[in-house]
Amino acid sequence: MPAVSKGDGMRGLAVFISDIRNCKSKEAEIKRINKELANIRSKFKGDKALDGYSKKKYVCKLLFIFLLGHDIDFGHMEAVNLLSSNKYTEKQIGYLFISVLVNSNSELIRLINNAIKNDLSSRNPTFMCLALHCIANVGSREMAEAFASEIPRILVAGDTMDSVKQSAALCLLRLYKTSPDLVLMGEWTSRVVHLLNDQHMGVVTAAISLITCLSQKNPDEFKTCVSLAVSRLSRIVSSASTDLQDYTYYFVPAPWLSCKLLRLLQCYPPPEDGAVKGRLVECLETILNKAQEPPKSKKVQHSNAKNAILFEAISLIIHYDSEPNLLVRACNQLGQFLQHRETNLRYLALESMCTLASSEFSHEAVKTHIETVINALKTERDVSVRQRAADLLYAMCDRSNAKQIVAEMLSYLETADYSIREEMVLKVAILAEKYAVDYSWYVDTILNLIRIAGDYVSEEVWYRVIQIVINRDDVQGYAAKTVFEALQAPACHENMVKVGGYILGEFGNLIAGDPRSSPLVQFNLLHSKFHLCSVPTRALLLSAYIKFINLFPETKATIQEVLRCDSQIRNSDVELQQRAVEYLKLSSIASTDVLATVLEEMPPFPERESSILAKLKKKKGPGAISVTELEDSKREGGELNGGSDRGPDTAAMSASNASTPSPSADLLGIRSAAPINAAPAGAGSLLVDVFSEAGPAAPSTAVNDDGFLRFVCKNNGVLFENQLLQIGIKSEYRQNLGRMYLFYGNKTSVQFASFTTNVSCPGELQSHILSLISEVIASLSS
Amino acid sequence: MQFMLLFSRQGKLRLQKWYVPLSDKEKKKITRELVQTVLARKPKMCSFLEWRDLKVVYKRYASLYFCCAVENQDNELITLEIIHRYVELLDKYFGSVCELDIIFNFEKAYFILDEFLLGGEAQETSKKNVLKAIEQADLLQENVDFQTRLFAV
Repeated sequence: MPAVSKGDGMRGLAVFISDIRNCKSKEAEIKRINKELANIRSKFKGDKALDGYSKKKYVCKLLFIFLLGHDIDFGHMEAVNLLSSNKYTEKQIGYLFISVLVNSNSELIRLINNAIKNDLSSRNPTFMCLALHCIANVGSREMAEAFASEIPRILVAGDTMDSVKQSAALCLLRLYKTSPDLVLMGEWTSRVVHLLNDQHMGVVTAAISLITCLSQKNPDEFKTCVSLAVSRLSRIVSSASTDLQDYTYYFVPAPWLSCKLLRLLQCYPPPEDGAVKGRLVECLETILNKAQEPPKSKKVQHSNAKNAILFEAISLIIHYDSEPNLLVRACNQLGQFLQHRETNLRYLALESMCTLASSEFSHEAVKTHIETVINALKTERDVSVRQRAADLLYAMCDRSNAKQIVAEMLSYLETADYSIREEMVLKVAILAEKYAVDYSWYVDTILNLIRIAGDYVSEEVWYRVIQIVINRDDVQGYAAKTVFEALQAPACHENMVKVGGYILGEFGNLIAGDPRSSPLVQFNLLHSKFHLCSVPTRALLLSAYIKFINLFPETKATIQEVLRCDSQIRNSDVELQQRAVEYLKLSSIASTDVLATVLEEMPPFPERESSILAKLKKKKGPGAISVTELEDSKREGGELNGGSDRGPDTAAMSASNASTPSPSADLLGIRSAAPINAAPAGAGSLLVDVFSEAGPAAPSTAVNDDGFLRFVCKNNGVLFENQLLQIGIKSEYRQNLGRMYLFYGNKTSVQFASFTTNVSCPGELQSHILSLISEVIASLSS
Repeated sequence: MQFMLLFSRQGKLRLQKWYVPLSDKEKKKITRELVQTVLARKPKMCSFLEWRDLKVVYKRYASLYFCCAVENQDNELITLEIIHRYVELLDKYFGSVCELDIIFNFEKAYFILDEFLLGGEAQETSKKNVLKAIEQADLLQENVDFQTRLFAV
């Protein structure tokens, strides 16, 4: 192709560009550029006034130099001068320069705005378009102030040419985006909406982008556009490929316009008017039908255009979330795409299905594709596609497939891209917690996470596992054992040491009976990692050591020896030094009772919202919020559904909780698996939901000594529990007075009738305790 | 659309159109990073990728990469066809367009783009109408500038 263009051929420019391209080095290029800059500078400053053509040429050269990446600090004035030229290309270059090199000099701005004003009122459509393009490209506040009231007038005026209308519409859109307060649609609203009926397809195409944006901010004012949009869409979809002439793209009628119409409809809920709704549903069905027909052309452009409309239609169906038939069809269509030859389509199908997964109508349908998605996760060569598959697995996860999905995600994590690991870790942690029925599985999963992707396990994740272990008696022993085994691995991640240190410090006693995990063995295991760890971890380990002294007095001497050594009590880090010194002193001064009180087991953590979810939302950025919000609502809905899935016992139990009188709410203070009065699912802080779903641990048929002894230092707890009844106790003592409340929870689905209680003070106690027993209501509702 | 970049396989930027206000420094940073990311993609990979909080749609035509950044709710496939339509327009205008045409007539590439997309949205989707508008402008120039061309350099 010739280097010189059609039209005006600025030969000097072409020569200059050739020179630059022929430069052998960066230095040579800079030299040439500087030479030219000097030349242009002198020409601009020169005595002779430059003619339009030369000015245009030099301004264009400056533009070229700027676009190469060099800074330009002059030429604006000359560019602005070009604006007032009568010659089209001179104006054009002038406008291009000032749109690319935006200058905030107020004098220049005033001149530019003036030139624009002149062109806008020139009644010459080409000049008007140039001016409008410039405003749209720059979109500054000053321009908005100057022209925001003028442009709507141009847009709706009867004598405006179509091409000018198009530019005016999008220009107004740009101004609205940057300075919404200056663009007042008020009196123009209905006429702008009416543009949807314009004969010229280009005008409709441009106007609809404007209307979509305005509708999002002022849905009520623009709601008349819905029926107009539906009829327009319907006409396009049912048109033959020859009807729309040049607006047909590779045998697809008006694809851009169709997509925009479908997008506009997504700003509104489904139309209330039956006729309109019917037409729209018909449209959507036609689009879905067309997808099944053989293609009219082998060209990829044809299928892209056709599928673009299809995907947008599916987005609309998902947005409405009210036509089960359409949703299922959409899901099936996406299912077909999941195995399409073209990677693009597989990618888009995975992405679309994610949103579909959160709809209650299609959630089940989406789940049927789980094997395909897992396969995609394993075999896709493109990392973006694999990532979409992981996202979809996360979205379609529910109680029935949680274990499978978490397992797949864990194995994917082992080979995943580093850039996505943190997000994956957060998701696995959330899923594991959300769908854990058996908490030992949850503990295993988190420890696996730390093992596989330790670096990416953020604090929120391991804090959470600790919170949950602390709050759940039934999993503490298992956690201690598992963590102990995990620590024995030759190379274990520091996060594992943190978790291990904390858990053994609290619950090491639960496994101390076994000689393989005796206290000294535990201590040595932890201490062997000590020197490999960072300061915060070491601080945590020191705390674990002092807890060991309390739990296992036989280790006291060994541990004190460690604390006493120079590397601890003279450690350069203040925190470590302080801990070592204080713990050492504490262990030597305090009596066993005091030590036990100070180092009492951690109380249960209060319920709070999972910080992991918050972190995931932050990570995904604002764009993904809608997906996670959908997920939350899905989850909340899912809880209610989940409740009905399970057996009658647990369902009844949840029901009984809801109806037990409020004093039983005090049972919430209790650490054990006491079922929490399940507040309506919407209230969900994650910790609460988790507990209410998981249900109690296997009820014990008798209170064992351990359980009984608990009340020596605890005032509240579950005293007794079996399949039918749960008895809780709450007591308070002040000096010589004590008060005990006994709560009876009915765990069955039938009412207890003639329920009586009998409290007896056996033997000796009778003389010591004066008891007043108040009545219990005779019937206990279920 | 937030921006469109055209760059060669060596990473040289041939066209940059920004539809959102950004400082020069930010533009340079974005360009550098995105060019690197796209050039690192292998041929069989899909045309879409997530980058920062945007979606990037790209396609390679001969030695040029056409790269568009769109918002999360935008339709990727239709953006791919926007790219194709732009290439078609360039092709029709220059007659079998190649990278050199865009280098030596960069200002024309911008003008054609402005007739097709404005403010990041498709303005006119009829190929005929866009080309007509550009040719009209050229004709204007031909008539007026005939004399000047004979004497200028």
